[in-house]
Amino acid sequence: MPPAVSHPSPPLHAEGVFVGAAPLSNRMPWTHIPRRMATAPTVVLNARALERTVARMADEIVERADGTEQLVLVGIQRRGVQLADRIAHLITQRENAAVPRGALDITLYRDDLQTVGPRPIVGKTVIPWSIDGKTLCIVDDVLYTGRTIRAALDELADFGRPARIMLAVLVDRGGRELPIHADVVGRTVDVPRGGRVDVFVSELDGRDEVTMVIAGEGT
Amino acid sequence: MSAPLGKDLLGLEHLSAEQITLILDTAEPLREISERAIKKVPTLRGATVVNLFFEASTRTRISFEFAEKRMSADTVNVATSASSVIKGETLVDTAKNLEAMKIDMVVIRHASSGAARFLAERIESNVINAGDGTHEHPTQGLLDMLTLRRRFGTLAGKRICIVGDVLHSRVARSNIWGLTKLGAEVAVCGPRSLLPTAIAEFGVQVFDRVEQAIEWADALNVLRLQLERMTAGYIPSLREYNRVFGITRERLDRAPRDILIMHPGPMNRGVEIDSEVADGPHSVILDQVTNGVAVRMAVLYLLAGNAPALAEAARKTTADD
Repeated sequence: MPPAVSHPSPPLHAEGVFVGAAPLSNRMPWTHIPRRMATAPTVVLNARALERTVARMADEIVERADGTEQLVLVGIQRRGVQLADRIAHLITQRENAAVPRGALDITLYRDDLQTVGPRPIVGKTVIPWSIDGKTLCIVDDVLYTGRTIRAALDELADFGRPARIMLAVLVDRGGRELPIHADVVGRTVDVPRGGRVDVFVSELDGRDEVTMVIAGEGT
Repeated sequence: MSAPLGKDLLGLEHLSAEQITLILDTAEPLREISERAIKKVPTLRGATVVNLFFEASTRTRISFEFAEKRMSADTVNVATSASSVIKGETLVDTAKNLEAMKIDMVVIRHASSGAARFLAERIESNVINAGDGTHEHPTQGLLDMLTLRRRFGTLAGKRICIVGDVLHSRVARSNIWGLTKLGAEVAVCGPRSLLPTAIAEFGVQVFDRVEQAIEWADALNVLRLQLERMTAGYIPSLREYNRVFGITRERLDRAPRDILIMHPGPMNRGVEIDSEVADGPHSVILDQVTNGVAVRMAVLYLLAGNAPALAEAARKTTADD
């Protein structure tokens, strides 16, 4: 077990929302947001908070991987790819070591392709090196049902046999439908079914921000 | 939202630019699957695809089969020489019998123009046209377009000349319709006896001399001279054809710019194309073959499960049970 490191959650005051309750654990700062009628998006992380959170995640990933030697980051299309790029960049800066990173599109491994309407757009998968014996860290923006990660694990198995696979997510919104758990979490929020968490990254969206919408009761 | 393709892929004539772009954009990331150690994704697990080939084909059938297997579909090949077709069974009866065994998709190659549409209107399964007579060969057109788009970045404003036996070529028709929809300029070049009389209606330029085509074009799509049809006296001799219309290195050396050379195969080396060109630096002929598998995977992916009538029928059957 790595030693516990204290990471106080950054105080954040969004309109009409109480944020910054005591963390449930050191690794999982918990944002408590009272359920109420809400239609306008609430900011979970602004640009500076997102930057701090990603930096902490980078440190935790290196810590849990026991260094950078065997570490490989794999971002899930789409926004997990940009997050993995940032984390890799931070690790390179802090540890003075280059970390290989790849991109994974799990569309073809989805378990709901028989039922979804128009076929989802397929993104790019780039895993140009062997992953055998490596410590893989899957990076995604939001962890919800866990089905994306199930698909990612299946797809990675077609590329090789890593020594270990970890999961790092920027936001864990709860609501798991499969026995899947994240190792490194940026922020935990409680968003019931019907609500939404949106991650914006400047590379694709022109701004860094995480917002959430909790659907009103009865919807 | 993407523009769905509907139930079947019968040709490029009636597809929109948006739909064609969707297929090409989907094929692009699928190329990577064939580079993996385990060349397979589980997407079409449980789907059954029948390759119904009423005409000889090596490349297209194998390419479809690879595409189907790499998407995890179950495949059955029906070759007419070994089927009830030689006992006189009709196309529809053959297909209906296959369908009674619960299939999901049919890939059909047939000597009659319109055979794919005829079938698609009569069965519930998705139908993919793998070449019908002299009408269309949509997946060949799409793989040609993917190959060009990967080299040029875009098809808009690019000049592509189709050289040779345009009259008998379903590849030419699919190319002309597909390429013009994505903004390319298309021309044809060949002996007048091998150009359709109504070629003007396609809205393409016509070059009588291959030197003019080479001077004009960014890419040449060199068609196979269909030797099996040459008994009809379309051209005086193969040697003369090569002398007048053959793509040779000497001719390409005089081109004002680098020209990409495509050929749908199988090649008659020394007739429509010289070996030096086919194996030379301008040739993207093997890229076409690689892209063919990806394009067919994309078509399978986009069509699969996209049969509302079938789903409806399945629901009714279950309700009746």
